[in-house]
Amino acid sequence: MTTKELAGTSVDVDAEGFLTDHTIWNLDLAAAIAREEGIDPLTDRHVEVLNFMRKEFEENGTAPSIRKMNKLNIVPTKELYALFPGGPAKKAAKIAGLGKPQGCI
Amino acid sequence: MSEQPEPIKKVSLIVSKGSLVDVYPALVMGNGARMEGMDASIFFTFFGLGALIKKTQNSLKVATVGNPAMNMAMPMLKMPITMPFPTLLGAIPGVSNFATWMMKNEMENLDIPTIPEFLEMFTDAGGEVFACKLAMDMFKLTKDDLCDQVSSVLTVGEFYERSAGASIIFT
Repeated sequence: MTTKELAGTSVDVDAEGFLTDHTIWNLDLAAAIAREEGIDPLTDRHVEVLNFMRKEFEENGTAPSIRKMNKLNIVPTKELYALFPGGPAKKAAKIAGLGKPQGCI
Repeated sequence: MSEQPEPIKKVSLIVSKGSLVDVYPALVMGNGARMEGMDASIFFTFFGLGALIKKTQNSLKVATVGNPAMNMAMPMLKMPITMPFPTLLGAIPGVSNFATWMMKNEMENLDIPTIPEFLEMFTDAGGEVFACKLAMDMFKLTKDDLCDQVSSVLTVGEFYERSAGASIIFT
């Protein structure tokens, strides 16, 4: 675990840069992580997806799968890949302040 | 210190067999590659084409004959994993259907999509699905027989051209 300066505060992250405590998350932190991941600006549509992921995480203890978000009409798979290019599940989870996704699908 | 190995940027998977469990690994690995931001394509040839044919892609079966590792499926029946499953039992009519039904249930529980849905998910994710021209000719198939996710019918040469720079994985 290391400490890192993000959006003017110092936060604890793991070796791959995921927040170790998801409860400290806020939109400023999300925007800062997104910038590091090459996503700038973070749009309302991004935030909608992030909020859904966080809600699911709080209810089930894991971030939702890409399939689930598609099936529940939260975000179609194509759009998710466009919103978070180059590895949507991992990037979205990182920006949402959640741990690295554990699923294979 | 040794140099960091170059990360994989592109994978080309080949599916040449057509049982349910022959097709899934390539879909999981291809989709997984897209999830990690790699380019991915899957080339279906010979019996693997069955996964792309509109009339057959929903009815791929688990092969219950000639698989000495069928005991692996025993825990799905609440039996010990060490319990053997003789290949002769697998030849009884209905056994393959039952095993297929059981496997599909198990997969749905694990949030694994059906074959047609998986192909759609993979292409929505930016993956490409190819069919083998030679196998199409052999099985008297035309592009109209194949599902919409197939982007092209390729010769072997074209497959290699499109796989430039990729790790080629034969499943």
